[in-house]
Amino acid sequence: MRNQTATQLLFEMSKAGRGTIVFPETDVPPVTSIPAIDAEHLATELLPLPEIAEPDVVRHFVNLSTLNMSVDSHFYPLGSCTMKYNPKRHERLARLPQAATSHPYQPEDQIQGLLSILFEMQGMLAEISGLPGISLHPAAGAQGEFTALLTAAAYFKDRGEKRTRVLFPTSAHGTNPASAALAGFECVQLAGGRNGFVDLDELKSQLDDRTAVFMVTNPNTLGLFERDIAKVADMLHGVGGLVYIDGANMNAILGKTRPGDFGGDMMHYNVHKTFTGPHGAGGPGAGPIAVRDFLAPFLPAPVVKYDAAKNWYSLSTPAKSIGQVRTFFGNVGILLRGYFYIRTLGGKGLREASENAVLNANYLLSQVKDFLEVPHGDRCMHEFVASARRIKEQTGVTTMDIAKRLLDYGFHAPTVYFPLVVEEAMMIEPTETESLETLDSFATALRTICSEPADLVKGAPHTTAVCRPDEVNAARKPVLCWSAPEC
Amino acid sequence: MPYLFDTPKQRQHMLHAIGIQHVDDLFAQIPPELQLKRELNLPPAASELALQQEMEQRLGQGGTSLKTCFLGGGVYDHFIPAVVDEITSRGEFYTAYTPYQAEASQGTLQAFYEYQTLISQLTGMDVSNASLYEGGTAVSEAVFMAMRINGRHQKVAVAGTLHPEYRQVLETYFARLGTQLVELPHTNGVITSETCRAAVDSETTAIVIQHPNFFGCLEDVAALTAIAHEAGALSILAFDAVSPGLLKKPADYGVDIAVAEGQPLGTPLQYGGPFLGIFTCRNEYVRKMPGRLIGKTTDRKGRDCFALNLQAREQHIRRDKATSNICTNQGLLALRTTVFLATVGPRGLKQMATLSHQKARYAADLLTKIPGVSLKFQQPFFREFLLQTPRPAAEVLTALAEKGMNVGPDLARFQMTNIDNWQNCFLVALTEKRTRGEIEAFAKALKEVT
Amino acid sequence: MKPDHLRFAKTHEWVAVDGDVATVGISDFAVKLLTDIVYLSLPAVGKKFSPGESIGEIESVKAVSEIYAPVQGEVTAINEALPDNLTLLNESPYDKAWILKFRMADPSQVNHLLSHAEYLKHCQNATH
Repeated sequence: MRNQTATQLLFEMSKAGRGTIVFPETDVPPVTSIPAIDAEHLATELLPLPEIAEPDVVRHFVNLSTLNMSVDSHFYPLGSCTMKYNPKRHERLARLPQAATSHPYQPEDQIQGLLSILFEMQGMLAEISGLPGISLHPAAGAQGEFTALLTAAAYFKDRGEKRTRVLFPTSAHGTNPASAALAGFECVQLAGGRNGFVDLDELKSQLDDRTAVFMVTNPNTLGLFERDIAKVADMLHGVGGLVYIDGANMNAILGKTRPGDFGGDMMHYNVHKTFTGPHGAGGPGAGPIAVRDFLAPFLPAPVVKYDAAKNWYSLSTPAKSIGQVRTFFGNVGILLRGYFYIRTLGGKGLREASENAVLNANYLLSQVKDFLEVPHGDRCMHEFVASARRIKEQTGVTTMDIAKRLLDYGFHAPTVYFPLVVEEAMMIEPTETESLETLDSFATALRTICSEPADLVKGAPHTTAVCRPDEVNAARKPVLCWSAPEC
Repeated sequence: MPYLFDTPKQRQHMLHAIGIQHVDDLFAQIPPELQLKRELNLPPAASELALQQEMEQRLGQGGTSLKTCFLGGGVYDHFIPAVVDEITSRGEFYTAYTPYQAEASQGTLQAFYEYQTLISQLTGMDVSNASLYEGGTAVSEAVFMAMRINGRHQKVAVAGTLHPEYRQVLETYFARLGTQLVELPHTNGVITSETCRAAVDSETTAIVIQHPNFFGCLEDVAALTAIAHEAGALSILAFDAVSPGLLKKPADYGVDIAVAEGQPLGTPLQYGGPFLGIFTCRNEYVRKMPGRLIGKTTDRKGRDCFALNLQAREQHIRRDKATSNICTNQGLLALRTTVFLATVGPRGLKQMATLSHQKARYAADLLTKIPGVSLKFQQPFFREFLLQTPRPAAEVLTALAEKGMNVGPDLARFQMTNIDNWQNCFLVALTEKRTRGEIEAFAKALKEVT
Repeated sequence: MKPDHLRFAKTHEWVAVDGDVATVGISDFAVKLLTDIVYLSLPAVGKKFSPGESIGEIESVKAVSEIYAPVQGEVTAINEALPDNLTLLNESPYDKAWILKFRMADPSQVNHLLSHAEYLKHCQNATH
C-alpha cells in the first residue's frame, strides 16, 4: 500500500511557482531614516527550495512515517537504548505555554513556575543518584560525559594536581573515549576480565598519580552489575582519582541502588532513555549530570537556586564553574518530560519499573538461551547479550541476518555487534513496558529464525520496502544531497 | 505504576520460567551492602488528571503569549505552521530511534536526507549533516573540524561581534586544550578587514564570524573570508537561519563551514532547548565532519534507498579518534525544520525574512525618534538592532515588561563592558509575527519609560 | 611483484626497496581483514615521517585503520589513481595497489622489518 507518488523526494514533487501563502502582507510603512542594506548583501534570486502544496506536504510525511518502526507501533528491544513506552500525557503537558514558548531571555519573574519545576527536577535526580550536585545543562548523554570530565579537570586543577589519564574497559560505549579525547585527556583502554567484569588486577596496574577518572557503565554493557564496583571505587579514590558512572543503564537500578552509594563520584543520566524522553528518531536527548558535593562548585552554569525566604527561584553560576557547554539553560523540553515521568511513577513506581525491566530481561533470556548462546550466564539486569557465533559457524547465518529477519516478523532488531567484546553480539533490552505476550511472541520468532533455512534468513528482510542498502558504494561515493537532474 | 500490565499469575509464570521465587532474587547480583534499603524520597505517584491540573496551574500561564515578544539574541519568536506540529506529533517519527536498521527506518532516513538537501539549498553549501545539538556547540564543533583540516591548533580568531554565549562555549571547549582564542575587536559594530588581517597568521586555524552579527549588523564576510584564506585559515560563519530569505547565502561569501541555530525554522522556544545546530561545509571536507550523515544508495534489488553513511568517522567505531563524541542528530527537530521549509517554500521564507526586516526597520525608525534613544551602531541591520537609551537598560526593560512587552537581552547580562555605555544598551528583535500596532505600542511605552 | 621479495611491518605495511627508495603498500592479509575498503587518505608529497608515524588512513564501512610509516623518510610519490580504484587493493595488493614511495633516510632500517614468512607467522599468531 505504499503511496509511491507521495514518497518521492520533496524535490521531485516540487513545481516552480506553486507556493503556499503562509504570511500576511506587510502592515508597516517603508522608512528612510535607517541605513539600508547594501546590494552586495542582498540575495539576487529565489532560494532553490521546493514548492509544494500543503496537502501534498502532509501526505508525503504521513506516508514516510509508515515506513518506520517505532515504539508506538512495534516491539523495539534495542539494547542500551531503553526503548520504553513514551507516555502521551507528557506530550500534552510539554505544550503548556510557559514550557513550550518561554524565551531563554525572558525575565525570571515570568518563569517562576518553570524554574520551580527545574529546581525540583534537580532534587529528584540528586535523590535517585545519591549524588547531590546536579546540572541539567548538557544537551545529551555524550555531552554530559564531556561536561563531567571538564568538571573533574577543573577540580584537579583547583587542587593543583596534574592528572592526564582517563581509563575505561573495552566494553565501554564509544562515547566514553570520544568524550575523554575531546576533553583533552589521554585514553587508556583496559582489556577487562574474561567474565565480563572489570579486572581488578589489571585496573590496579594502570592506576597512579596520573589517573584522573575511571569511566564505567554500571550495570555494564553486558547487562551485568559490576560486583566489585565498591572495590573499584576504593582503588580509584586510593590514588586520588574519580569514578564516572555512565548512566545509560540506569533503568535497571532505579530505587534499588544508587551510583553515589556504590562509589560513583559523577554520572550522567540519559533522560530520553531512563525517563522516556522520547527518542525522536535520534534526538533530542538531555544529559543532566550528578556529582559529589566537592565537585558541585565546578559544575557548568546555570543551575536553579531557591531562596525560601523570598520564595524565589533564580538562575545562578556555581562558584568555580567551568562555564557553559552550550547556549541557554538546557534541553528543557526533554527535561520536563523526564520530570513528568518521575512525578507519574513516584519512588515506588520507579523501583517497580526497574524490577519489571529486570524481570522481563531475565524472562526473555530464559526463553532464548536453549537455542541462542548467552555467553555471560543465566542472569542479567535489564538487558543481556546473546551471540550468534555458533549459528554462524554452523550455517553461516550472522547476527545481522537474524536482526534483519526479525523485521519480517514485525519486531525491531536488537542492538547488534555491540559490545565489541562479544562475537556476533546481539544486545536485547525488552524494557518494563512490554507484556508477557509480546516477549513470548518475540522469543518464538527468534527461535523460528534460528531454525529457518540459511538462504531465507540471509536474504532478509523480505517484507520491508527496501532490503540491505549497499553501504560500501554509499561510502565510496557518498550522495548526501539531492541535485536537480541535468537538462 | 501505570505502565506495567502483567497479571500476578503471569508474573508467577515468568519467575518460574527463570527459576526463582521472587523478583528480589534477580537483584542478588548487587551486593547487599550496596542496595538501597528504603524507598526513594520522591513525591508520591500522581495520576494523569492530577498532574495535568497541577501543571496547568504551574505552567499554564506565561511564555510568549504573556507579553509581546521583542526578544532576540539568537532565538526568535517566529510563526510555526500547524502542519509542523501535526506531522512531528506522529508516534512513528517521535518514538523511533536512530535509524540503525535502514529497512525499518526509511521514513526517518528519507526525511533526514531531505533535511540535508534543504539545508544545502538554504545555505548554498555542498554538504549538510543531519544536525548537531544547537548553534553554540555547532560553532565549537566547526573549530575542531578546522583543526582536523589544516592541522593548526594554536589559534582561533573570534569576532568580537559573535554571540557572547557562543564565545563562552568556545572558551569552555578549548580552555584545556591550550588553544588561544584571539578576539577581533569591532569598529562601530562590525569587524574591519584591517583588524582581521592584523590578527590572522600562519598559526590561525580559522576565523569565526557571525553575520548578521550579535548586534544585528552585517559583516563583510567575503573580505574577511579572503583574509583567512590568504593565511591558510578556514572561514567559519555563524548565520541567522532565516537570513538567506533576504540576504546572500553563506556559500555566496566563499566560507568553508557555515553553521546556525536552527530554532527559527519551526522549533518552539522552550526556554532554550531542545534546538538544533545547522552544520554545513564544502564537499572536500566531508570526511572531517562531525555528526550523522544520511546517504542515498541502492538496495540488493537495485531500489533507491537511504542509509546512515560515513559512520567510520563516528564515536561508535573510531572511539577516541572520532570526529566528535556526538552520537545522534537532533532528529525530531531536523524533522520539524524539514516540514517547516517544505511548507513555507522559498517564497514563504523570503516573505518571513522580508517582513522581519521591514518591521525591524519600522520599529527602529519609531524608537529612535524618542529623544535620547538611538541606534548604538549606525549600520544596516537584518531583523535585530542594538538600542541605546538614556537610562540603564535593566530599568528600562523591567519597566517595559510591566507595560506588557519583553525586550532584550541587554548587554549587562553578558558583561559586555568593552562597549561604551554598555549599561544602557539592549537588543530589539522583530519577526513577522509583530504587528504595526504592537510596534507602535512599544514605541509609546519606551517613550514613557525613558 | 611477489610478496616473497618484500619486507613487512607488523602493522601490515609492505616495503619494496630499490636503492634508497621504498615503495609502500598494504598486505593482502590486512586488506582481507578490512573487507570492503571504502576510502583511503594519503599524505602530500614532500611530507616527512618517522617510523611508526601515521601516514594515512584506510577505511572500511565498519572500521578505520591507520597506515604507519615503516621507515623514516620523505614521501616522493603517491599512487593518485588508487583512491578512485580501491578494488585494486583486493586485486593487486603487491603491484598496482602500491600506496606511496619514500626516499629513505636510512635504508638499513628495512632490515628491522619482517620477511614474508615471518610476517605470515606473525599474522597467524595474532588471529589465535
